[in-house]
Amino acid sequence: MRKAFAPLAVVTGLLFAIAPFVIANAPYEQTMLLIQKIFYFHVPSWVAMYCGLIVAAIASILYLFKGSKAADRYAVSAAELIVVFGLNGLISGPLWARKAWGVWWQWDVKLTSALLLWLMFVAYLLVRKYGGPGSEKLAAVVAIFGAAVSPFVYVSVNIWRTMHPKTSVVPDIIKNPTTGFAGPLLLSMLAFVLLFCLLLMLRVRLAERQDALDELYLAYED
Amino acid sequence: MFVRTAILVLKKDLAIEVKTLEIVMTTLFFAVACVLVFSFAFVREGQAPPDAAPAILWIAVAFSGTLALGRTFERERYSETLRALLLAPAPRPALYVGKLLGMIVLLALDELVLVPLIAFLFGAPMFARPLFLLLFLAAGTLAFAAVGTLFAAMLIRSRTRDVLLPILLYPITVPVIICGVRGTAALLSSPVDEPTATMWLAILIAMDVVFVTLSLWTFEPLMSE
Amino acid sequence: MIFQLFVALFMQPPAGQSEFVPLSQLPESEKLPAAPLLVIAYAVFLVLMVFYVWTVWRRLNKVEADMRTLEQRGMKNAR
Repeated sequence: MRKAFAPLAVVTGLLFAIAPFVIANAPYEQTMLLIQKIFYFHVPSWVAMYCGLIVAAIASILYLFKGSKAADRYAVSAAELIVVFGLNGLISGPLWARKAWGVWWQWDVKLTSALLLWLMFVAYLLVRKYGGPGSEKLAAVVAIFGAAVSPFVYVSVNIWRTMHPKTSVVPDIIKNPTTGFAGPLLLSMLAFVLLFCLLLMLRVRLAERQDALDELYLAYED
Repeated sequence: MFVRTAILVLKKDLAIEVKTLEIVMTTLFFAVACVLVFSFAFVREGQAPPDAAPAILWIAVAFSGTLALGRTFERERYSETLRALLLAPAPRPALYVGKLLGMIVLLALDELVLVPLIAFLFGAPMFARPLFLLLFLAAGTLAFAAVGTLFAAMLIRSRTRDVLLPILLYPITVPVIICGVRGTAALLSSPVDEPTATMWLAILIAMDVVFVTLSLWTFEPLMSE
Repeated sequence: MIFQLFVALFMQPPAGQSEFVPLSQLPESEKLPAAPLLVIAYAVFLVLMVFYVWTVWRRLNKVEADMRTLEQRGMKNAR
């Protein structure tokens, strides 16, 4: 794992270096023109966030039921990344919406569901920080519930929203990718997923060192 | 054994509560106060905005539910009875079910007062489909109480439990609120919108199943040191 | 969150339209310049990533420093 860090960092760096050029050369979307280019970093942010969700949920289950300390380290690292990548998506979303739809926030299904998921993992981090002793297990339950409830969040917010008349048209770029858009999007997605893995490895290393420090403290207590 | 334990825990809680009615009375009046505050906030020129009634109902349930959860488990913490319960040779999920049933009884009492109060204040036809409404309240309360009991129990040893409980509970119970409010609103509309209400109820029941299952599954590892 | 609070307070949008109007038919005054928003979006991404890596780096250094102090103290006590 440790050995993969450097080459992975190089690859990720390269991908992010060429991304702006590829994105700039992508064709303009019909109705939204320039602002649509936010999409190339906005959507992969969500992809990275959901990667984090899967890692956090599985790691939390492993920690809660198998007591695996390593799993707990992955859980907290993934949770931090969910918050970071989610924040990126939640800022780029309204910036895109302001230009495309004229309002900052429109209770759009995806943005609202993502906001709720983001809040749940901010709560996860708060529990770990302020929950007192044994808060790792509490947080693990929060992560599991967060992951379990997210499909319900999406479904209920979706139906809740579509009952109101639509005030704008959300382009279904992902549904029918024209040749121009798919390339840069896939490149960005790959770059983001690799970045996620990179940051995860970095954060897990920090968690490992912190646990080693705690054990040292315990050893010297005696 | 499981059912017996759950009923015993429920009976214990009810017995303690019946003596002083402390939690029942305080959360009831808190819920009523909530309704009044929201009424004053929303009512303009004597008219409430449409769909205010179901919204206020579910918000009052959520807020007073959070308060009730905090108070109930504070009592357990104060007397250290939770540890005693956990030491007992009883299946742990049964303890959870017993506490959950106690919470549901408490919230049901609150709703018994809230529903007529809101019908009275807002002229909302709450009793157009009483059975349907009862199903909604039951399903929604169960979902809320299921998550709430688990989180309140797990926060019992935490110093910041009072503020962490809402932080954890509200994002997770947002779909419960959405389903409850939209479903109740469908029941209150002039020609009662049964298909929509049924759809929301179905989602709510699915959430009940998921929440209760997850809570039963995670209660044991969570409570063990 | 602070950014969004700032925006909500100071950069309120004009009253919305009730249905979709294609860009070409909007009056000139309604069109927002897209470039600043785009630049802000990409800049925010960069800032977030750099900030996060910096916080992890800072915490890692602190932990390593604590470990060194502990080990030195341990070696002193062992003698």
